[in-house]
Formats: sequence, C-alpha cells, structure tokens
Amino acid sequence: MFSQNALFQFLDRSARVRPDHPAVEEPGVGMITYRELAALSDQLRDRLHHLGVRRGDRVGIYLHKSIDSLAAIFGILKTGAAYVPVDPGAPPARNAYILADCAVKAVIVEADFLPGLQAELPVQREGPRFIVLDGTGGGARLRNALLSAQESDPASTVATVSPDLEDLAYILYTSGSTGKPKGVMLTHRAAISFVDWCSQAFDPRPDDRFSSHAPFHFDLSILDIYVPIKHGATLVLVSEETGKDPVRLAPLISESKITVWYSTPSILSFLAQFGKLEKYDYSNLRTVLFAGEVFPIKHLRLLKSLLPHPRYFNLYGPTETNVCTYYEIPAEIPDERTTPFPIGAACSHYKIKVVDEQGQEVPAGAEGELIASGPGVMNGYWNLPERTAQAFLVDSAGERWYKTGDIVVEEANGIYTYISRRDRMVKKRGYRVELGEIEAGLYRHPDVKEAAVIALADEEHGVRIKAFLSFQDGKRPSIIRLKRFCMDVLPGYMVPDIFAFLDVLPKTSTDKIDYQKLKTLS
Amino acid sequence: MEDTINTIKAYILEEFLPGEDPNELTPSTPLISGGILDSLATLKLVAFLEEKYGVEIQPHEMGTDNFDQLSDIARLVHEKM
Repeated sequence: MFSQNALFQFLDRSARVRPDHPAVEEPGVGMITYRELAALSDQLRDRLHHLGVRRGDRVGIYLHKSIDSLAAIFGILKTGAAYVPVDPGAPPARNAYILADCAVKAVIVEADFLPGLQAELPVQREGPRFIVLDGTGGGARLRNALLSAQESDPASTVATVSPDLEDLAYILYTSGSTGKPKGVMLTHRAAISFVDWCSQAFDPRPDDRFSSHAPFHFDLSILDIYVPIKHGATLVLVSEETGKDPVRLAPLISESKITVWYSTPSILSFLAQFGKLEKYDYSNLRTVLFAGEVFPIKHLRLLKSLLPHPRYFNLYGPTETNVCTYYEIPAEIPDERTTPFPIGAACSHYKIKVVDEQGQEVPAGAEGELIASGPGVMNGYWNLPERTAQAFLVDSAGERWYKTGDIVVEEANGIYTYISRRDRMVKKRGYRVELGEIEAGLYRHPDVKEAAVIALADEEHGVRIKAFLSFQDGKRPSIIRLKRFCMDVLPGYMVPDIFAFLDVLPKTSTDKIDYQKLKTLS
Repeated sequence: MEDTINTIKAYILEEFLPGEDPNELTPSTPLISGGILDSLATLKLVAFLEEKYGVEIQPHEMGTDNFDQLSDIARLVHEKM
C-alpha cells in the first residue's frame, strides 16, 4: 500500500540507485550528491545516538534553510526521532517555548541563535543537548561540527532504526488561538501517503528539479523535500531572504532550471507583479503548484499570461492533513471569471465530506464544514488531548475525521469550493495566523488595557491585520514603538499592519468584545 | 538630502504607518528590524523611489544595509542620482 515504511528509506534508496546525482543544491553556495547526503545524515544519526537520542524522541532544528538543515532532518529521522523545525526568524522566546513544549532531547542550532535560545529555555536538570554549528551553508558547517565532535568525543556507528510507519516523523507548530503555538504530530505513514499521492498526480522524474521555497517549519516543505528525494531528482533550496524577494527569485528560478515550483500564491503574485518575468527563460518549468491561501484571480491571470506553458494546480489542506483536495487550473482562464478557482476533488488517499454543525452530511450545493479522513491525517496536537479530541469527529462506524474549520460547498461533480472560515484563523501570505495569538501578544504590553484584532481582505492588499487597542491611563505608545514591541513577541508576519486607538473597545450585551462592530469601524 | 528624507518619510507614513505622529518617525528609526517595512512594503517603496527619482535599485541593495533607516535610503537614492 505504501512505497516505503519510513521517509529516510527514500534517501537511502536514491543513494543506492543514483549515488552521484545531485540531491540538493544551494544556489551560489554548494551542492551535495545522494551518496554524500546519505553519509552526512548517517554521521549525524551516530552523533545523536551518542547523545542519547532514541526512537520516539524529538530533536529540534534551529538553523537557516541549507543543505546542513536538510541533512539534519534525515539524520534525526534515522535515529527514529521526530524532527521539530523552528523558524530562525521568529523571536527566541517563541522557539524556546516550542522546543520546551515537546521536550526535545537535542537541538541542532547555529551558534548565533544559541545564547538567545538558552536565555529563554526553562531551567531544568535534564535540558536538551546541543549540536552547535558555526553557521549554515552547503553542508560543510554540519560536517565540520560533527568532525570536531568526533575528535573530542568519538561516537560509534550505529544502525539506522528499523522503519515503522507509525513512528512520528515531525512536529510542525502552527499558530494557536490561546497565544501558544500548537504542535501538529505527523507520522511517516501520513507523510508517505501524501508523497505517494504526489507521485501519481505530478509524474515526478529523476531529471526534475524541484524548488524548495517554503521554510522547513511550514508543511509545503514535505512535498519539496520528499518527492524529489523519493524519485532521485534534485531539490533546489531557496533561502529565506531570496524567497521573499521576487526581483531575485525570478532569475533564480530561470537559472536553476526549476521544473516543478511549489509555493504560496502570495509569492507567485509578487513574482508576476514585480519579478519582470518577461526578461527570463522559463522553458524548463513544467508544473506550478500553489497552496496555503486563496489565489486572487486577477494575479493568477497575470501570472498565467506571463508564464503560459506550465500546468497549474491549486492544492488544498491544513497542516493537520497536508494536501487533501486538488484542482488543475484550466489552460485558459475565461475573461468573465472573477471568483477564485475551486479547491477541487479529494486526493486518492483521502475521503472528504461536508457536514453541518451537528456533524450531519449536507447535500451537494449546501454550505458546510469540510472534514477529511485518510492515512494523511495527523495523530493529534502534542500534549493537548482536549484540543485533539475537539479536532476530530468520530462517526458511527468509528472512523476518525479531521474537522478543518473551512466552510465549503460541493459542486455537483464532486468538486469543492472554499467559502470561508468557521473560526478566527486567517491566512496572511500563506502563513496561518490565529488572531487570538496576536491579541495574546499585544496583551503582553504593560500599558495595553484591551486588544482586539481583525483581518481585512481585499484584492489590492490581500489580507491585512488591524489591531484595536485601548490603554491604561491614556498611556498610548507610538505606532512605531508598538510595532517594535510586536517584533519582539511575535513572528514578523503576525505584526499588525494597521493600528487604531479607542478609549474603550465596543462590547456586546454579554460584555464581550464586539467584533462585528469593529469591522464596521474599518 | 533633507528634502529626500522628508519625501520618503511622508510616503512611509502614509502607506505603512497610517495614524502615526510624524514626529515619531526619525531618520534613524529602524524600519525593517522594527517591523515597519516587510518584504512587500520594501518592494512598494522601491517602486516608488524608482518612479519618483528615476533611479534603478538592484535586488542586492534592498537589505537592511540600505533600507533600515530613512537616512540610509536617502543616501542610496542620492548616490544614484
């Protein structure tokens, strides 16, 4: 039923079949072959085992995206542990919370991040062990760190753990409505069922060159990493800096001869608007995949007019399921179309239903919540049994369905169209943001009395976050100071775009913040 | 130079800091590290500068070296004019 029983088998198989083929490229920095990547991840496996990491443990990755961090992923998986990647650009306090929350046994960390992390980690008798890299780039920094550790404290070679589909492979932390990020636990089974579906849907070939645009703490990376490695193709890493900048990204996609691109619609919109795409050759690009948010039709149309040759697919699914529906964008977008394309039909490894608030299936054409069942679904949220129970609907046959919180409509032909969210989660440039987490961050400001956040969406700006605040004793800080404060407690994409100040926030009759009223103030 | 700083300042206040007291935005306020200019805002600012001053700004020039402070942005523009 599954092509392998563990993700690291994809690497080891490709290392046997195509040892000298480039596995991963870091443009302008370096390249690593399959043989070298397998060897480097083996060395890390041995070191982690020496430090006490065993099957069932967690290991953190606090590194910039690089061949080093990619090798770290496989090294961790080969010990039987799950990897926990954190955003190197996020505040150290948030990352420390994540790594302490899932009690990582070890962290592979850049020296620059170590002091900030250690200052924020709770003091405990058995804190995590650190493997410290003096930077990242081309895999050499990881190799050097392992070599010098080997000289001072030799680790012996151990066997890679025996593959088990039910082992946790990774925990991806997403925004949590209470202000604390929550860890989505995914097994090798979940990941491999998805990778195998990709093999069917996108016909990956050994001469393909896949982009890796999303950061590794973002679930788009699962396709980026494991599909090319399964097929012995090449993965081209896009750094965080270049990834945000369409002016540098446009020539990189062309020069790196990317054949399969995958990212959020936001960056594709930026590429179409600011990337001067007409200046470059994209004849190698055969497939463009996007996911994570709605693609405004105006920008998709512009992109397709600039790059008419590839096939385009809209992929849909939250981190908890990864992709569970997909839709191929037609070659020609009719002029009269103004609404976004559907999220499409169920992937072959998923069953999809649309249900009402009582959990009863609604007929095609009626709005309801999309729920999904299949091998790709998460095990649950780390250490949050109640949240996990609330996230699932168990039907009379005992089948577990993940409730996405997305309101959709099924068209007559089994094609689903996204309508809205059931709760206060929004997607800003593909990032999943719980408005409640932003409010919790704002409340940490000593002078804030009340904080409420809403999302505004329009074609021109996409999603913007607006914060309404009131202050103790009229002590209102400047917007500039507030933004700087937010940068210290929240990831950059959660910092509100607009601030508004009120003496008192409007309340409902039950004395809750009146969000409907706030929307009318915007 | 003073004029350039004021023009850029007015643009940033209007586009990215609606409602802010203009006196709070000084030539040395951290723009990128302070959460005022994100990647999209930087691109919009670059498009504004290219249009307004007829200069061309290269991708590698769009980092914190040249865009984290009003004074640095004005200096970059002047070097190119």
